[in-house]
Amino acid sequence: MIPAAFDYYRPKDMAGVLSILEEHGDDARVMAGGHSLIPMMKLRMADVPHLIDLQDVGGMSDIAIGADKIVIGAMVTQAQIIDHAELGTKAPILSEAALQIADPQVRYMGTVGGNVANGDPGNDMPGLMQCLDATFTVVGPDGERDIAARDFYEAAYMTAREDDEVLTRVTIPLPSGGYAYEKQKRKIGDYATAAAAVQITKDGGNCTSASIAMTNLSDVPVYSEGASAALVGTTVDDAAIKAAIDAMLGDIDPVEDNRGPIAFKNHVAGVILRRAITRAWSRA
Amino acid sequence: MSNKMHIKLNVNGKAEEFLAEPRELLIYTLRERLNITGPHIGCETSHCGACTVTIDGKSVKSCTMFAAQADGKEITTIEGIGGPDDLHPLQEAFKEHHGLQCGYCTPGMITRATKLLEENPTPTEEEIRFGMAGNICRCTGYQNIVKSIQAAASEMNAAKEAAE
Repeated sequence: MIPAAFDYYRPKDMAGVLSILEEHGDDARVMAGGHSLIPMMKLRMADVPHLIDLQDVGGMSDIAIGADKIVIGAMVTQAQIIDHAELGTKAPILSEAALQIADPQVRYMGTVGGNVANGDPGNDMPGLMQCLDATFTVVGPDGERDIAARDFYEAAYMTAREDDEVLTRVTIPLPSGGYAYEKQKRKIGDYATAAAAVQITKDGGNCTSASIAMTNLSDVPVYSEGASAALVGTTVDDAAIKAAIDAMLGDIDPVEDNRGPIAFKNHVAGVILRRAITRAWSRA
Repeated sequence: MSNKMHIKLNVNGKAEEFLAEPRELLIYTLRERLNITGPHIGCETSHCGACTVTIDGKSVKSCTMFAAQADGKEITTIEGIGGPDDLHPLQEAFKEHHGLQCGYCTPGMITRATKLLEENPTPTEEEIRFGMAGNICRCTGYQNIVKSIQAAASEMNAAKEAAE
């Protein structure tokens, strides 16, 4: 419950953030909503001698919806995602997923950027962003660079973001067709036993594109190219869904924990993906 | 390291100024520094919601925020919602409908419920249960908390209609 002592900074702009990161290197961490970092600090599992609060850095809390893409500032909260009417129309999978993340209090504080940058495989947005083929923009001493969500996750808590970089925004190609975020969890606020993000398009009764990613079934989120491909060109009948599930099961690598043994997680992953595909298809 | 910081808060309408270490969690500021002991601590993993307060219009678990983060902000705790002689309709309804037993979750429950009813003045039972899901209770089984919030919502909506 009692975090170790640290120095606190609340810079007004990104230049201020980057200079603190540069000065203190590994000893400095940025904090967004604080709802993963502070709990880890309270358990002394995260040691952060220099804590940089991003709340006063401007320009990171906007949602911009263009003709072909959506740009979400890293400091946009889960509550903002849920409350944003136009986002609810243009990319309804985002609020469907956000409503399955944590609880009301946490959603007022927890941010999209923190969720995707955290690197905990339990987080829901990483898989969702892989499903949507989002791009993460990070800024560091040498300027900005873009990293595909599908290339961002290397291992648990290990991502392509360097220690001196800050994730500033998420860019999502405007999704089309049917969608579903299905999550099996033990209770409100729990990380998934298994979850699936599905986006699917239909033309004349046939599936023309599909994108499938899984949450908390490996030490990273899993975009399953094989599962996605198994649906394209089919009528998404039982055989196609079965093929997609089989391909997905080949891509995940769950571990046993108090959410269940590996065999159970594989079983639940199949059930959840079947439900997600079925619901997404019904909405396509 | 850990130089003390000068922090200003407005808590229940009262300006507070003090020096605190950055690592001081807001729940400790409230309880131990300001003697506002309604908000409680029920866990150390940000699940239980017993520490819930309202900060600049958001329901926040004050165990998961440093006082330094709250610098400059307006905070409302259960003490600012109503007192023994001036009960808020939610406080009255929790009493009337037996929405509490040990009372440990109640300050967080009621503080969260004020915000829930502000955002959704006519919630369904399902919306109440989902909207209160960040608050755990070990005594009531939740049923009477739902009833209390429903009753308060009716009361508040009727009062609003009468005023119009």
